[in-house]
Amino acid sequence: MDSTDIALDPLVRIRDLRVTFRLDKHHTFEAVKGISFDIPKNATIALVGESGSGKSVTALAILGLLPPENTIIDPKSQIVYGGRNIVGMPPADLRALRGADISMIFQEPMTSLNPVFTVGFQLEEVLRLHMGLSGAAARKRSIALLNEVGIPEPERRIDMFPSQMSGGQQQRVMIAMAIACEPKLLIADEPTTALDVTIQKQILDLIADLQKKHQMSVLFITHDLAVVGEIADRVVVMRNGEIREQGAAKQIFEDPKDTYTKALLKCRPQIDRRPARLPVIDDFMTGDGMGPTNIPERKRGLSPGDPIVLEVRKLGKSFYSREGVFGKREFKAVKDVSFTLARGKTMGLVGESGSGKTTVGLTLMRLHEATTGEALFEGRDILAMSAKEFMQYKRRIQIIFQNPYASLNPRFIVGQILTEPMQIHGIGANAQERTDLAFELLQKVGLPEVSFYKYPHEFSGGQRQRIAIARCLTLKPDILICDESVSALDVSVQAQVLNLLQDLQAEFDLSYIFISHDLAVVKYISDQVMVMSEGEIVEIANSDEIYRNPREAYTKRLLASIPKGWHPGQAHAGAGA
Amino acid sequence: MPTDAALKSPAVPLREIPHVVSPGLWTLAWRRLKTDSIAMVCLAIVAAFLLLMLASGLGLVAKDWAREVGVNYAPPSWLDYSPEPVPAPGGPATSGTSPDGAPGTVIADALKPEAPTPGADESKIVDPLADVMKDIRSGQAGVKEAAVEERRATLPFGGDKWGRDIIAKTIKGSETSIFVGLAAAVVAVFIGTVLGAFAGYYGRWVDDVLNWFYSVFSSIPFLLLILAVAAVLQQKGMFTIVLILGLTGWSGVFRLIRAEYLKHKGREYVMAADALGASNSRKMFLHIFPNVSHVVLVQLSILTVGFIKAEVILSFLGFGVPVDVVSWGSMLNEAQNELILGKWWQLVAATIAMATLVTAFSLFTDALRDALDPKLKGRTGH
Repeated sequence: MDSTDIALDPLVRIRDLRVTFRLDKHHTFEAVKGISFDIPKNATIALVGESGSGKSVTALAILGLLPPENTIIDPKSQIVYGGRNIVGMPPADLRALRGADISMIFQEPMTSLNPVFTVGFQLEEVLRLHMGLSGAAARKRSIALLNEVGIPEPERRIDMFPSQMSGGQQQRVMIAMAIACEPKLLIADEPTTALDVTIQKQILDLIADLQKKHQMSVLFITHDLAVVGEIADRVVVMRNGEIREQGAAKQIFEDPKDTYTKALLKCRPQIDRRPARLPVIDDFMTGDGMGPTNIPERKRGLSPGDPIVLEVRKLGKSFYSREGVFGKREFKAVKDVSFTLARGKTMGLVGESGSGKTTVGLTLMRLHEATTGEALFEGRDILAMSAKEFMQYKRRIQIIFQNPYASLNPRFIVGQILTEPMQIHGIGANAQERTDLAFELLQKVGLPEVSFYKYPHEFSGGQRQRIAIARCLTLKPDILICDESVSALDVSVQAQVLNLLQDLQAEFDLSYIFISHDLAVVKYISDQVMVMSEGEIVEIANSDEIYRNPREAYTKRLLASIPKGWHPGQAHAGAGA
Repeated sequence: MPTDAALKSPAVPLREIPHVVSPGLWTLAWRRLKTDSIAMVCLAIVAAFLLLMLASGLGLVAKDWAREVGVNYAPPSWLDYSPEPVPAPGGPATSGTSPDGAPGTVIADALKPEAPTPGADESKIVDPLADVMKDIRSGQAGVKEAAVEERRATLPFGGDKWGRDIIAKTIKGSETSIFVGLAAAVVAVFIGTVLGAFAGYYGRWVDDVLNWFYSVFSSIPFLLLILAVAAVLQQKGMFTIVLILGLTGWSGVFRLIRAEYLKHKGREYVMAADALGASNSRKMFLHIFPNVSHVVLVQLSILTVGFIKAEVILSFLGFGVPVDVVSWGSMLNEAQNELILGKWWQLVAATIAMATLVTAFSLFTDALRDALDPKLKGRTGH
């Protein structure tokens, strides 16, 4: 680590922070291994790392929020704020510090707000506790705060319950609560990860504005370097509880010294490039540390002669909710969606949450019953046929879900997970043949053979997604629907899974419907992109075309919200020092 | 489309590879349970009771519990108990007490061949049963001679009003109580799980119907329902009481399992199974059931404790097992009369046995729940 450009009088000085978790009587796990960095005054520091890097643990340690019963913070660790060490501070003093001097916003605004109180009540509570405001004064200040974080009509919204607000607005309320007492330090733990890309942009802008306006420091925790590029002054890159590199944002992005930082920057799909294979962390960590160079670009796009495998015509899906005694209210999740999917090609499906993109996927699999429309597969409408008839088509359209932790049965070993679908569809003559096939598929998706005997919980997220992919492949499908299949994965793992998907597509001539809110990933993997909004198709075009020349205003807005990462010439304050 | 050749030509010769099957839920739970010393002590106690029940059922112990080995109300041998005039069975009659006060003689007196009543001959009434009675008396006399000699003044934990050994009786009673508790819990958990699974999985009208059924059942007071079922079944016996408890006790399990199935039905792994073409029964029992089985086990454990207590209460009230079957409840029922006479040992024996088992079983259930769902506990270590 470099000690040369650390500010002389930082807001928070962290020295040799060591955090260990007690797992059970005999085992401990060292989550943070003696890290040191400073949070300068009036600056934004980004703490970047993948899951398990210890970034959130570090943030919780600064707040003194780690559960005391199973956490050991090395007594020699120092987290100095205002001349006092937070490590070992009495709980009462810590409480006074939290909320007033240091405050935090979390990833999930929906679970961080109490659903049974109005947002006004929750805001006023913070003001009452820390500022001694009450009654009309607290309410006035609350309205001013809501106004400041960009909530329209704050006088009316203050009496709303969290559930009556959108996710973006809830996060704004959380930010209002966090800045209510004019904290010196705002810790933001993945504040935009759960939000749509357009909302993410707004929240990032808001945090940046507030930081300047209130002259506070922001510790921004994220797994996504691209998000950081636009707002951070300094970047700290962590991995496995250690700091790999820290420095000014400009240096980190333009001249990364550490191989891991380089890898992180490279393995995320770039919006303007499409290498045939995405570099992964291992490419950098082994060898000369430079990573692969001169990877040929992959051509994507649809040519008119491509054979069509699936044709969807005027697909519609409505959900009904009861209203009154006899009334029904219709909600049209998908309206008149028509598209064609070519064999061996990828159709990217993008849109914000609530746009109906997932519903399209589930309806095509008949996991939801379609309300209108047809889907022609080999000339036959799979939506209209009987369940029995559909059975033989079912195996040819498969889906990979978003959450690899939820989509595998936790009580099955991988072997059971892989052989069960074959058993259902009578693939393979006997158990031995099915077992052989399962072993072969494990190898194909890059998992060791012993995986066959293990339970899903013994695997990491990326490995589980490989198991899910292998499970689909057992049925030799023609169409694979990937519903946000890489969104929950770390950047480096995401690159591995994307590579795997592309390899399998080439080998088996698979057609993908790739549903995602991540425009960079969709751009990378898709031949065609379909943009959806409120259940309707906004635009369909070849993916290069749509990113270069978006026709519709909505598409343009979506594309403008993609985090650009760092780009030279960015008007930026530079390091906080 | 992947061709068969592409998938079926093995790139490497496939073989059984050396492997260790990873520990599943139950193994892990057992490992966690093993570190809990209280749970292990409780498990040992419960196991001891179960073994005793089994042994008693097979006739290995307490086979002769009905033999009157001691004198009436024989006091525990470790008690410094000065013999007092003891009333004859059937009531606090003092008239039968012989002056010497030795309890043994009371019975001997009662069973003595009836002395010819004065004036009996004159009446010339022919007793049609005279011969039979004579046989019985002579038979009794034989037994009596032996019994009287064998009857001991004190027993290890005292005797009941017929002089039966309390320890043997308690063991025999545990056989009934634990068997009824376990069997009824199995019946209730089975009904509750199956109905709950159907209601939660299918939803819609199936759920409505079963919920209606459940609501009706749970709206009737428990005891009343038991009386109603007992009246319909028209007979007393162990299986009746198992049936009664089982048929009335499933509602809690139903509610829990229904909720679990509702929750799991929406999980992605079930949706994934659906996408793979799994049938409803496969999803219900092969996919979801193993994920709720720990709830079932904990419920089984909780209900067993509850039903052991319920059997005791029912037998105490007289709705339980028939008179000729001994259970902890019937022991307590007998003991309530004995208490007036200061003969407390039957009450204490049954109470200790029941309290030990129920406490150990409850603590074990808690530990089991923690072991099966370690997240519930929230904190590790001490």
